[in-house]
Amino acid sequence: MNLEFFVMSTLNGVSYGLLLFMLSSGLTLIFSMMGVLNFAHTSFYMLGAYFAYTISGLVGFWPALVLAPLAIGALGALFERYSLRRVHKFGHVPELLVTFGLSYLILELVQLVWGRSTVPYGLPEQLQGPLFTLYDTQFPKSRSFIMLVALLMLLSVWLLLTRTRIGLVIQAALKHPEMVQALGHNVPRVFMLVFGGGCALAGLAGVIGGNTYVTEPAMAASVGSIIFVVVVVGGMGSLAGAFLASLLIGLVQTFAVAIDHSLATGLQALGMTVTEETFGWPLLKLTVSQVAPILPYLFLVLILIFRPKGLLGTRED
Amino acid sequence: MTTTTSSTTSYHRFKPWNVGRIVIWSLFALMLIVAPMLFKSSLALTMLSQIGYLIIICLSYNMLLGQGGMLSFGHAVYTGLGSFIAIHAMNLASKGSLPIPLVFIPLVGGLAGMMFAVLLGYVTTKKAGTTFAMITLGIGELVASMALMFPEFFGGEGGITTDRVYGGSFLGINFGPAIQVYYLIAAYCFVCTAAMFAFTGTPLGRILNAVRDNPERVEFIGYNTQRVRYFAFIIAGFFAGIGGGLTAINFEIITAADSVSVIRSGGYLLFTFLGGATFFFGPIIGAVLLVFASVLLSELSKAWLLYLGLVFLFMVMYAPGGVASLIMMNLRLAKFGKLRSLWPSYLGLAGTGLVAVLGAACMVEMTYHLQLNAALGPVMSFMGASLDTTALSSWFGSVFVLLTGLGLFELCRRQFRQQWSQIQEEIEHQIKRGEAL
Repeated sequence: MNLEFFVMSTLNGVSYGLLLFMLSSGLTLIFSMMGVLNFAHTSFYMLGAYFAYTISGLVGFWPALVLAPLAIGALGALFERYSLRRVHKFGHVPELLVTFGLSYLILELVQLVWGRSTVPYGLPEQLQGPLFTLYDTQFPKSRSFIMLVALLMLLSVWLLLTRTRIGLVIQAALKHPEMVQALGHNVPRVFMLVFGGGCALAGLAGVIGGNTYVTEPAMAASVGSIIFVVVVVGGMGSLAGAFLASLLIGLVQTFAVAIDHSLATGLQALGMTVTEETFGWPLLKLTVSQVAPILPYLFLVLILIFRPKGLLGTRED
Repeated sequence: MTTTTSSTTSYHRFKPWNVGRIVIWSLFALMLIVAPMLFKSSLALTMLSQIGYLIIICLSYNMLLGQGGMLSFGHAVYTGLGSFIAIHAMNLASKGSLPIPLVFIPLVGGLAGMMFAVLLGYVTTKKAGTTFAMITLGIGELVASMALMFPEFFGGEGGITTDRVYGGSFLGINFGPAIQVYYLIAAYCFVCTAAMFAFTGTPLGRILNAVRDNPERVEFIGYNTQRVRYFAFIIAGFFAGIGGGLTAINFEIITAADSVSVIRSGGYLLFTFLGGATFFFGPIIGAVLLVFASVLLSELSKAWLLYLGLVFLFMVMYAPGGVASLIMMNLRLAKFGKLRSLWPSYLGLAGTGLVAVLGAACMVEMTYHLQLNAALGPVMSFMGASLDTTALSSWFGSVFVLLTGLGLFELCRRQFRQQWSQIQEEIEHQIKRGEAL
């Protein structure tokens, strides 16, 4: 493992991790505030990419970067107002189910409107090409743009939550909703804003993730379960935990797909003879890159066994 | 299916000798026996067999969702792994190295499902509520992607095939013809349904309901809620595995990409909920709906997943008890003799609702036609009428039908709501008067 591979994988891993964080931050925010696990969160991510594809075809990428998340946020707020709020009185399981149903519906609608194959949602000219070249390997501008947007978003969400009046109301409503309501704030509207805001963050991630990776109907499912892993590993409802877990899982996945060693080659390097007759050969011959897709889930299981409240979590439920 | 309290003791007692219950169970058994004699086509027989084992699977799922309040997104893990172990057991048995008759293969699947539930359930049931749901999703993904890593066991993309006709025939039964397999499935279906119903009356089943409703209080009276969930999870895994084993016998092929997938788990969740998670018999309705939707509805329309999603969404919002709760509500009305006065309103609601659905379905079908069948030309047939999908008139027509339907439906609904609350009030009065006497 040379330095070039290490630096490039780290950069790629961090940019992927930051994209995951953009998704999981909205999810955590909604969860810690309303207790609702938004199953359709990555569906909003997918919608963000498709909206941006259509809008950028009309008015260009840069307006789409603003307009698409706003549209997604509005959709999310509408969904909260007319569907989720109605189900709220039935408890948390129906709330989860209604978002589950929504994820089905969005997937079908996306396939209906934009078709079942990938759409050619390309990068704008300003983001094409490499940002810098390191040891003959190029680092694309689009990835660094993801990092930039994610960090800006992190900063602005943090400022919004801690430095503004609405942020203080949100934080207060998070801990004592009845008290905040008694003080004359419209808590259901705050909930609607938070849900819409969380969806807008997912939409923003879709706008920049859609053209860096691929825009297709399967993109929601491909990150869907990963961000749930992120939220559980980081600790339910902890924004800092989500940040740490996103980076960790982004790095683990990026490094794992590039490593072509297996247990068998490792044992052989130690001087043991490992052949096809050895016990457990099907397990030994698997390379790290082959098991890369399951690493986040294994990580989840390990965390649950050894630290059930998550990396930085405080809740024990 | 009610438990009765006797007048001499003040606590609830489980009393199996209950005439209504015997009648219902006999009817259920009779239905399982008679069904293939009424519907003789091979399609009907396939559907009946599928309904048979899906009833077991959905009921086992409801043990978690309805009785334990555990929303699992990974139930297909236990049915799927049960299927795989069962199919390997069948292959070994036909080679002669494992003396198991086919009749017991579902039990092998059940034990396998139970074993995996013991193994994975320990981690899963550490938490309840929302976290539980996320962990089951994670474990479901873990198993689904692992299945593709071990082609030796899971058969890769092609899956594992088997032949269920092995060993000699006993009294002419060798399980070659589909009808014999159906009766095997029906027998298992009846026994498993009875066993799962009996489970709801056991102390574990009762405390499981308490864990669902008020875990904190259960801990105060000295129970370990995690262990209660874990035991229920294991039992649900056992029945899920039996369902999986029957699947393997029925299809003689199992593929990893389909049988352990998270999509499959989502399907079980969807239909168990649609059938009704709050009543024991709800999932049975759900299983029937699942087969009808996936076999008949998918033939009728390409947009069936969209319709399904919409129905599910509306069900969660307006009738969170599923079809079963709708049935029970009307039974309650019938018991008090109030159902008759509601018939006109029901007819009105159904009629106007149908008009609205027709308009909406028309537009959905036209959109699907434009998206998928553009090469076949702009004209498509819908309900016997041919529509030009590019003509404005057909779009305006369907919008008009939809709006008319919606408007009339809203009118009917308002009147129905008034009537409904009035009847409920009357029933409350009647009950109060009965108590006072």
